This record gives sequence, C-alpha cells and structure tokens, in this order.
Amino acid sequence: MDDTPLIKTAALTKSYPGVLALDHVDFDLKAGEVHVLFGENGAGKSTLISMLAGANRPTGGQILLNGQEVHLANVADAQRRGIYTVFQEFSLIPTLTVAENIFLGWEPMIGPFVNHAAMRKRAAEMFAELDFPIDPNAITANLSRAQKQMVEITKAFHGDLSVLILDEPTASLTDREVDHLFGFIETLKARGVGIIYISHRMQEFARIADRVTVLRDGGKIGTVAMADTDQDALVEMMTGRAITEIYPTIERRTGETLLRAENVSAPGVYGANLEIKAGEVLGIAGLVGCGKSRLARALMGLGAKTSGRVTLKEQDITRTSTQSIIRSGMYYLSPDRKAEGLDLAKTADDNLAVNLVMGGGTTTGAGFVDWGKVRRRTAEIANHVELHDGYRRKLVSQLSGGNQQKVLFGRCFGQEADIIILDEPTVGVDMGTRAALYLLIKELAEAGKAVVVISSDLPEVLHLSHRMIVLAHGHITAELEGDDLTEEQTLKYFFEENTGATA
Amino acid sequence: MTADQSQSRALEPIKRLFVKVGVLPFFLLGALIVFTLLSPKFLTGQNLVNVARQSVYLVLVSLGQMLVLISGGFDLSVGTAIALTSVVSALSMVWLSGVFPDAIWLAIALGAFIGFGAALIVGLINGIGVAYFEVSPFIMTLGVSSVGAGLALFLTGGVPVSGIPFAFADTFGFGRVWGIPVPVVIAALCIVVMWVFMSRTRLGTQIYAVGGNIKAAHLSAINTKRTLMLTYAICALIASLTGLLLTARVESGEANLGGTIALESIAACVIAGVSLRGGIGRVENVVLGGFFIVLVQNGMNLAQVSSYMQMVLLGVLLILAVIFDQMRYRMMMGGR
Repeated sequence: MDDTPLIKTAALTKSYPGVLALDHVDFDLKAGEVHVLFGENGAGKSTLISMLAGANRPTGGQILLNGQEVHLANVADAQRRGIYTVFQEFSLIPTLTVAENIFLGWEPMIGPFVNHAAMRKRAAEMFAELDFPIDPNAITANLSRAQKQMVEITKAFHGDLSVLILDEPTASLTDREVDHLFGFIETLKARGVGIIYISHRMQEFARIADRVTVLRDGGKIGTVAMADTDQDALVEMMTGRAITEIYPTIERRTGETLLRAENVSAPGVYGANLEIKAGEVLGIAGLVGCGKSRLARALMGLGAKTSGRVTLKEQDITRTSTQSIIRSGMYYLSPDRKAEGLDLAKTADDNLAVNLVMGGGTTTGAGFVDWGKVRRRTAEIANHVELHDGYRRKLVSQLSGGNQQKVLFGRCFGQEADIIILDEPTVGVDMGTRAALYLLIKELAEAGKAVVVISSDLPEVLHLSHRMIVLAHGHITAELEGDDLTEEQTLKYFFEENTGATA
Repeated sequence: MTADQSQSRALEPIKRLFVKVGVLPFFLLGALIVFTLLSPKFLTGQNLVNVARQSVYLVLVSLGQMLVLISGGFDLSVGTAIALTSVVSALSMVWLSGVFPDAIWLAIALGAFIGFGAALIVGLINGIGVAYFEVSPFIMTLGVSSVGAGLALFLTGGVPVSGIPFAFADTFGFGRVWGIPVPVVIAALCIVVMWVFMSRTRLGTQIYAVGGNIKAAHLSAINTKRTLMLTYAICALIASLTGLLLTARVESGEANLGGTIALESIAACVIAGVSLRGGIGRVENVVLGGFFIVLVQNGMNLAQVSSYMQMVLLGVLLILAVIFDQMRYRMMMGGR
C-alpha cells in the first residue's frame, strides 16, 4: 500500500454564525489503521465526521480523498466514493426486515421486481461472513440496539468500502458484543480499510487504536501514536485535568428508607426486592438489556407491574400513576434525552421551565404562572449545572450531547424530589461534563437525597455507589457494599442466572 | 463566491424573520400588493374594517384549532361542532321561547347553554378517543365530524331552523357596543383570554410541553391524557361559540354552517407559524393568520375570482404554508 493517506483534511474549517465549530483541522487516515478521534462534546468531532460523511459542508479548507480534492455533495455521494459512516442515530427503517434494510436502495432485481429470495440469501451470507448472529428475516424493530448496530455496519459492505467512520459504536454494547466488534474491526484493517473511530471509552483505545487525534474547542490539540501515550496523557490533552479528578468521593449519610420494593415483577423483571435510602447512592449495574431500566420504570409506574408491592414513605404506590409518584417526590431521569427527555424544538430555558411550572411555587396568588420567578429559577438551575450562558436561549436540538445532558439534569432540580433515579446519566457524554455531573450527584446525595444511578458503564457505578445492586436476566443477583464493590466481584454476578430470586 | 456571500448576507435578516415568525409576513405583504393592484377598493379603510368584522369567526375557530395543533394533533370536526351548536341551540331556543314566552333571555341563555353542551360532547369524544384510546387525531376527528354532521342534518331534516328569538340575532348578530359590532367584542375578549391562558397558566405551559415531547412531559409529572382531552374540549367550545355567533348572524339554525372552516382554520394556523408537529405556536400570530385568510378571500371577491377558483387557491395556500413550515423547522433545528 502506498503512503498517500486514504483521506486527508487540510485546514478544514466549519463556522456557523457566531460559532467556529471546527478551526483549521489537519487530519489524515491511512489505509488499514484505526484512527481515534477523541475530545469532549462540542470539541468538533461530530462536525469533522459529518463533513467527511458528506452530511455537512466545510466553510473552509479541503478534503482530499486518495490525494485528490473532493467536494462531497451528500451522504450518498460519500458512500459512492467508499466512505461509509455509522452514525449514533441509526438509519434503519424499523418496520422493514433486516435484509430489506441492508439492501435498501440497491435491491437485487429480477426485471422490474425485487428479488427477495436473493436478498435474504445475500444478507445471510454477509452475516455469516461477519459472524453476526442475526436473522435476515427479523423485523428490525425487534432487534436489540447492539444487533441494530451490527446491521448498520453490515450495510456498509456494499460497493467498495475504503473508509468506515464509527461514531460511538460501543455506547450501548455489552462487553461480549464489543469484543465481537473489535474482532471485526481487525478483519477490516487487514483488508486495508481505514477506520475513524469516535469514542469516549478510553479503555478501548489501547485495544484497537493505532493513532489518536485529540480535539478541543474545535481545534486540533495533537495526533499521537497510541503506542506512545496512555490514558492519563490523553485525558490531560483533552481537558487539561487528571483522571483522578473525575470521580468525586461522596460522603455516605444513610438515613431512613424511603422506598421499599417487595417482590416486584414486571415484563423482564422477576421478583425484585430493594430499598432506596436517603443520603446514599444506590447503584444498579448489569449488562445492557438485563432489566435495570425496566425495574426503575416499573417503580415509577411507567411500565406495568405484574406483581409485588412498592411503598414510598410508607405509602403504597404499586398502582399509582406516574405523575402522582413524581409529585410525591420521586424523579426519573430518562436515559434517552431525545426521545423522552427533552423538547428539542424549545430552548434550554423553556425546557427547564416546564418542571418549574409543574413543580409549583411559581404561580402568583391569582393562579397565573409568574414568569419572572420562573426565569430567575431557570437561570439559577442553569448556573448550577454549569450550562454556558450562550446556550440557554438556544434550541436544545442545537446543543451538543453533553450540554443536552446538562439541561436534562437541570430538569430534576425543577421539582422537589427526595429520590432521584438517574438512568444512564452520562451516556454519550464527555469526561469534562461527566465530572461536572458527578459533582451534582455528590451534592444531591450529601444533601440527604436518595440517588439511584443506573448505568451500563461499570467504572461509573462502582465509583459512585455506596451500595450496588447487580441484575442479570431480570433477576437481582447481588447486593454489594463496601469492600465488595470491585470490578471482579461485580462481574461474577453479571452473567449469573436465577440466583437468589425465585422466578 | 463573494457575490454569493454578499447576497446571502443581504438575505440573512429575511431568513431570521422567517425562522422567528414564519411565512405570514411574506404572505401578508404579497397579498396586500397583489390585491391593491387588482382592485382599487381593496386597500380602503372601509374594506379593511369589513374584513376585520368578517374574520371574527375564522379567528375564533383558529384559536381553538391552534390549541389542538400545539398539543400535537388537529381537529377536523370544528365545522361539525359549529353546525351541531347552531342546530341544537336554535331548536332549543325555539322550543324554550314557546315554554317561557315572557322570559325570552332565559330561553336564549338556556338555548346557548345546550348548544355549548352539544359541542362539549363532541370535543370530549374527540379528546377521549385521542388521549385515552390513542386513536390518531386525523381518524378520530374525521369520524366524529361525520357523526356530528349526520346528527345535525337528522335533527333538522336538512331544513334550516327558523323562528329563533329576534333579540338573539339582533344582539349577537348585528348588535353593537360603543359602535363596535358585538362579535368583534366577543372575539377580542376571547383573544385576550386565550393569550393569558397560553402564556400565563400552567395548563397553557402543559399544552406546549405535551406537543413538544409527550414522553418528556409525562416524565415531568404532567397528566398528558387529561391535557390532550382538555385541548379538544376547549377547541370544541370555542367552535361552539363561533357557531352561536354565526347562528345569530344568519338568524336560523343551519346544519351546513362551518363547512369549510376546518381546512381554513388549519391553514390560518399553519400560515401563522403553528407547527404541525406540535409544541410551537403563538396566539397573536394566529389571530393575524385568520385575518389573512379572510383578507385573501375578500381580495379575491373584489378581484372577481370565482368561488370555485377560490377553493383551489386556498388549498394551494395551505400546502405552500406547510412546505414553508417544514423548511422553517429544518432551519430552526439545524441552527442556521
């Protein structure tokens, strides 16, 4: 293979009115390498790849493909040239079968008709080749997130793939699935495909990365060979602070038991017993799909409970509606900020205002909303979650993932709550923002609130929790505390089935 | 390149205005220019006052329609609510004025009340269907509109209900307060109430929140089902008020009142920047939107455009407005 980079950018720049999203970035990708893009949210990673993917056009600089300057008109154009991007948001049609999705737009035909048999056969062959255990006839909506990701990657394999861009591919994958994905990346490398890989999970870099480019505030900080660097150095490049500063020490001030769940069963959750206590952080760990989220949603009345009893401050809330549960002091932060967390077409301020208006204390004597008061409180909350001034009157859809997450966090300060359930609170969020969010968790817990952290990110739950519940296949397999809170201890219970609980 | 850039810079304020308030200012300006050129009578004080008076009915219905649109649905049965109100209240008033010949205002009040009741039932059925049974608003309100229209025709046998109390038509159809027509006064009151409702009450905020993201609203302790149901109920009540005013105007109860108003009110709202995706819309703009539609109809009448062609143009206008709404939404979300 010659030395011309597959893809190269020269002084690539993207500016929006008032914002320089990408500032003269030089980047290159060689054939057969994995090049990681690393940086906080809003650092310009997404902007860079959106231009390489053809989804966005630069305002300055050049993109060179095999040494030739190219102007990518759109995503289809980029794909024709062999650049394929797997975005965080999938481009799969949920109602079609897997095979139909893979061949969408280039269906094998017999005359004017689609050859479904050939399509299924080819899809099955592709899956066999990639060793993905997916049925080509399955309806896409029924797949797990990991499987959807695999389908999305499989889609890249038509035409001649030369550059594969993966945007946070492991954000929702289990460890086994990650191993699988990495094995697959190795295969691609061997074929000479260049891979641009975006991730916040640094532990992955050592396994697959050849080089890492760090971006900060739209500018390039540097490109380093992975062999010459380590995690701490990368974090410092990204944030200017050391990794030990990320997880705070949370003082444990366990108070009374606020919530008690007895033998709660719900679809995908079997006979869960747990207690949530004031002044401590309860972690809920487990693999993706183990029922962590379903358990919390069942407690919140968001999903049906098939049996069991839940009491909140001695009140039975087993059959209570979600809004009454929220009013009695339990707040649930959704893991999916776009689908059910935020109103994307409104400003950050307006999103925060909803909870304030609903939370009460912001109406005048005549029963009208006191917007002056609401605005003062939204400003306080925005300060509290360190949402930058300039973002508060911007539409949430225009904010980076980390800032959206700050707004979402801010929402739980709008309503008085004693129990705060944070479901995947830092999904797709960079280290700097994470550190800020962890401080908020610390503050809540130390102020005597009960905080529940549900997370698929094991180091995160381990570091934050005082007490931790492990789920596997919908059963609670362990409750760990103190010295037992270690990665080895926890992992033992991740795969265990039917332990302790009666099905 | 430079010519291109300076051009785009010149377009920047226009773009910003478009993103902020939508397509209405541009349409309004276009309509004023075109009709002023077509008819010398168009841009006269007399004519504009006339338009203002005629637009009362559409403005009122559009306010209700706006609520439902903001909540993320739409209501095709507003015309039916009007027709049903007209027929039911007229029949009741005729009958009641026979029962209480000496208390004509009591008969009018009770008749109006029964009319509101009929429309409220329409609104509640819509609301319950959409909120609790999760029927799509399109099918729900389309179905209800057929049911209601059928009932109104059945009740009257297709013949207008005549003989409603003279005082009713005299006051609410043709009366004036301090020289201002009563319907205009009522509409003005409604606009103020609606503005306060949407911007100053919790329920108003809830409607915006439900339309913006219903799941997020649910997780913010909002009773989304109740909120949705109330928007349909309020929409039907406002349509019902319009039905009463129209009944007074035509001095009879008619089952064919409000035949085209569903389409017109949706057009007025969308042109005024109410998003079909829900969550976005402002009272003051909707008032202007309703005014705009009537202005265009008035201009077309003056320019002697046939009523059939007017239907064509109204449909085109609605589709254009929706196209511009899509563009605007993309610009908003893209941050450009």
